[in-house]
Amino acid sequence: MKLDAKIPAGPLAEKWNTHKFNLKLVNPANKRKYDVIVVGTGLAGASAAASLAELGYNVKAFCFQDSPRRAHSIAAQGGINAAKNYRNDGDSVYRLFYDTIKGGDYRAREANVYRLAEVSVNIIDQCVAQGVPFAREYGGLLDNRSFGGAQVSRTFYARGQTGQQLLLGAYSALNRQINLGTVKMYTRSEMLDVVVVDGKAQGIVTRDLVSGKVESHAGHAVLLCTGGYGNVFYLSTNAMGSNVTAAWRAHKRGALMANPCYTQIHPTCIPVSGDHQSKLTLMSESLRNDGRVWVPASKETAEKLRKGEIKAKDIKEVDRDYFLERKYPSFGNLVPRDVASRNAKEVCDDGRGVGKTGLAVYLDFADSIKRLGQPAVAAKYGNLFDMYSQITDENPYESPMRIYPAVHYTMGGLWVDYNLMTSVPGLYCLGEANFSDHGANRLGASALMQGLADGYFVIPYTVGDYLANIGPAPIDANHPAFTKTKAEVEERIQTFLSLRGNKTVDEYHRDLGKIMWEYCGMSRDAVGLAKAKQMIQDLKKDFWKNAIVLGDNSEVNQSLEKAGRVADFIELGELMIDDALNRDESCGGHFRAEYQTPEGEALRNDDDFAYVAAWQYKGENVPEELHKEELVFENVKLTQRSYK
Amino acid sequence: MSGNMNLTLKVWRQKSSSTPGKFVTYKAPDISPDMSFLEMLDVVNEHLVKKSEEPIQFDHDCREGICGMCSLVINGEPHGPKRATTTCQLHMRSFKDNDTIVIEPFRAGSFPVVRDLAVDRSAFDRIQQAGGYVSVGTGGVPDANEIAIPKVIADEAFNSATCIGCGACVAACKNASAMLFVSAKISQYALLPQGQPERYRRAEAMVNQMDTEGFGSCTNTYACEAQCPKEIKVTNIARMNREFFTAEFVKS
Amino acid sequence: MCLTGLFLCSFLIIHLTGNFQLFKNDDGLAFNQYAHFMTHFTPIKVVSYLLYSSILVHTIWAIIITQKNKKSRPVAYAVQPKEGSIWSSRNMGILGTILFVFIVVHMSNFWYEYHWGNTPFIEYRTDLNTGTTVSKEISSAEYTDYVSYVDNGVEIIKSKDLYKAVAFSFQQWWIVALYVLAMVALSFHLVHGFQSAFQTLGWNHSKYKPLINFVGIWVFSVIIPIGFAAMPLYFLFK
Repeated sequence: MKLDAKIPAGPLAEKWNTHKFNLKLVNPANKRKYDVIVVGTGLAGASAAASLAELGYNVKAFCFQDSPRRAHSIAAQGGINAAKNYRNDGDSVYRLFYDTIKGGDYRAREANVYRLAEVSVNIIDQCVAQGVPFAREYGGLLDNRSFGGAQVSRTFYARGQTGQQLLLGAYSALNRQINLGTVKMYTRSEMLDVVVVDGKAQGIVTRDLVSGKVESHAGHAVLLCTGGYGNVFYLSTNAMGSNVTAAWRAHKRGALMANPCYTQIHPTCIPVSGDHQSKLTLMSESLRNDGRVWVPASKETAEKLRKGEIKAKDIKEVDRDYFLERKYPSFGNLVPRDVASRNAKEVCDDGRGVGKTGLAVYLDFADSIKRLGQPAVAAKYGNLFDMYSQITDENPYESPMRIYPAVHYTMGGLWVDYNLMTSVPGLYCLGEANFSDHGANRLGASALMQGLADGYFVIPYTVGDYLANIGPAPIDANHPAFTKTKAEVEERIQTFLSLRGNKTVDEYHRDLGKIMWEYCGMSRDAVGLAKAKQMIQDLKKDFWKNAIVLGDNSEVNQSLEKAGRVADFIELGELMIDDALNRDESCGGHFRAEYQTPEGEALRNDDDFAYVAAWQYKGENVPEELHKEELVFENVKLTQRSYK
Repeated sequence: MSGNMNLTLKVWRQKSSSTPGKFVTYKAPDISPDMSFLEMLDVVNEHLVKKSEEPIQFDHDCREGICGMCSLVINGEPHGPKRATTTCQLHMRSFKDNDTIVIEPFRAGSFPVVRDLAVDRSAFDRIQQAGGYVSVGTGGVPDANEIAIPKVIADEAFNSATCIGCGACVAACKNASAMLFVSAKISQYALLPQGQPERYRRAEAMVNQMDTEGFGSCTNTYACEAQCPKEIKVTNIARMNREFFTAEFVKS
Repeated sequence: MCLTGLFLCSFLIIHLTGNFQLFKNDDGLAFNQYAHFMTHFTPIKVVSYLLYSSILVHTIWAIIITQKNKKSRPVAYAVQPKEGSIWSSRNMGILGTILFVFIVVHMSNFWYEYHWGNTPFIEYRTDLNTGTTVSKEISSAEYTDYVSYVDNGVEIIKSKDLYKAVAFSFQQWWIVALYVLAMVALSFHLVHGFQSAFQTLGWNHSKYKPLINFVGIWVFSVIIPIGFAAMPLYFLFK
């Protein structure tokens, strides 16, 4: 298989425009003859479904939640970047492109990132026209804030709930099309397989989560907008239902999985409080603007803290280690996410962590409160402090917050070309589910931008080209491939339902999460990864022998739903480990302990690893085949990131 | 562990919308006060599954109080005893050792039970589909800063837009009225300049759909406002009434 | 509901102001004159029929809405949600029923009796030079119709003596008790009802809301019910 990213020729700034002109168009009268399937209704899915329906295609949209509005895009807090340069502070499309490429540690495609930056400005216009209530200034115009990894103020926001407001905007556009009858919406429906006919994706198989009915749906193209796979770690900031099944099933039908080991670990999350923990809660990284991160300088003091013999404020200034300020005097507490996270892990591994579990560091606002006064601090961070005290029952105005890194976003995903098409013709992948724009590390406020860019402004052009080429002849839903795929899905369900062992699916999920976090989390090394691979293989065998799946397939069955998702996570976990093992370098969110600078920073190997690792499924228990898409950098110079 | 609680749960179990439901009592031993309410149910479910009993079905997803999927009426209060808090953000320290907790679904004819504590809130989607949008297609829109919106208006619209569509207002209302939810959406667009061209048509369409769905009428008890996890104000309902009357009697 | 409700509220003000004549120590002269005026002046008669129909519409509509609202929750809660709303807002039906019973009793006591029943008759003679009035009960034979004329510097008024009927009724403790109970119900009914009408009409503006609440609470739920309740109590303890 030869990977062709189909990146258009020509100068960077003209690639997208030229490409748009070269794409084939579908005659307006013919558009209604095409059916397009959209799986997932987050920012990417809802915006794609609405935009394609507006063009005239028949759209069928699917989500596993009870309403398209619940997709996890809704939980994004901070904001969305756009190169509007409304601040007159030197922003431009090129600067946004440059910051994103650099932030991704030079592991993303130049052409994709440039296009992302280019359409970012249209996104803001679109959302405002829909009635999205962005923050405004007294003059009535839009406000901006600054975000990590950039020296300009280009982040548009809607209080601490930008994701919700943007998603509700896309949801409203989707609703309009549902009302017009151009989108047929299927809620509480989970996609369980892709139907591939003669090498082309022509449908999907779904399970109705209420009635258990397995159905197949035919379409000329299938768009997967199904989000990231952070829940492979069990504990993450993702929603409980977020899963990899759609993408993983597609992978098993021939779509390559790219860079699965690139995981973003967010430094400012509320630490785990016990074994019951079901998910982690993120707090905006803006807290690091005024909070100082520290742990006790000695293990003995930390031990006393953990036992509750002393309190944080009993520890004298000289006995504290403000480790980020010490190691990175120029960036201090504002180093990028990956650096902050790794250092927190390091001090905890060193036995200096705080809190009952020892897996937390302090984020202390005492100095800011002294300097600015409590009201000023409350005005800036009041809602975050409230959320923190709600969850932990501690008052962050009086004692320092405890924070610990948590899995937040996955940069890896299904491999797609410049048109967002996977290696299976007719099968597209948008948003976090694909691998395309963030390289090895995503900058803050860029996820919302990518989801909406893909859905509103990229896919409506690129999918038309494919559809025009295949022609509007109806898809035969009675083709044997449909019957066969559906039968396979039903058989798999029956296999799950026959599992009556002694260990719950949640227990397997927790075990998987522990393996992944321990060996494929913030810091990885070859020995640990090899060990983890074995552990996962054992876990997989055990799962298929000893898992408990209750009930039957004719009703709401959460045990069955979870079993399917966890089984796929286990397989994905193994591939992530293979990918992490293969990548003998450190870059962005992927930190291999063997590859670091003398100061302990990530050490890239551009000569050998400036490529996208795209993995091909070759069958049950057969190693996946690696395909390399070389990354060509014509416009930016690859440099070592330094935050000293 | 010290400080952990032993609780008794009386949980509504119902196999599907077409079968009758009943309360079943469960023990929830050794519950940490640091658990969220849903994590407590996770623990109970884990025990049930181990005993080969069907786990309790409840809706949930983000568990950070924004997706609006979690629900539950806990001891007679939608989303439980803490104000401005969704069930997923409610922690067990709000309860005491040996408490008996009655857990019911959001009850309304327009929210049929899917299973146990999970209900079907698709009526909310259909109300939004009836007109909860600005009819602009992708592309061809003016520059974002061509529409200047006074900050007070933008902030007020934002306050309405924070609704997460959980349905607690319906659950809290003695009439199972959906007015708070519908009015929040109508208000957001009625306030913003982008919503003006379709302002009255929207109000009429959404109110009519709300009535078709079978929600009760508002008798202004304001229980909805008190129970709303996002503190949406009943002034939205007054505004919706105004919009609707104007649509009916003033604008054609 | 809101329109009829507010109309009925406006009536309460008129009714109370008129009934203050009961407190005049004039053997009911002013009150009986007022009663005659209210029952014989055509525009007022029209309004009064509007009023009666408003009561009926308000009641019937309330029953219809309650029925419909009950249907919107077919399975009741085991533990009723109650937090966040005031008691009276949830019990307008009970309060309204008490008030309806009261209105029926009240109208059959006075309105019906005045029009078609056995109200006593009275004659007032006012010496226009001295301004002193004497009154005496007259028999039905001496009364043909309400008259008011001047004869030899003496103003003579013959009237139905509703005042006496009122005074008589209010000397019976159980009637007084019913009236006081009804006024408590009225107070609770209006503490919710008055502002609620404005909310339903959409006249709920952050600037005027405090004023509406103030009027609703102090005028309609305190002053008016106390004013009405004072009347039976006045006669009971007179």
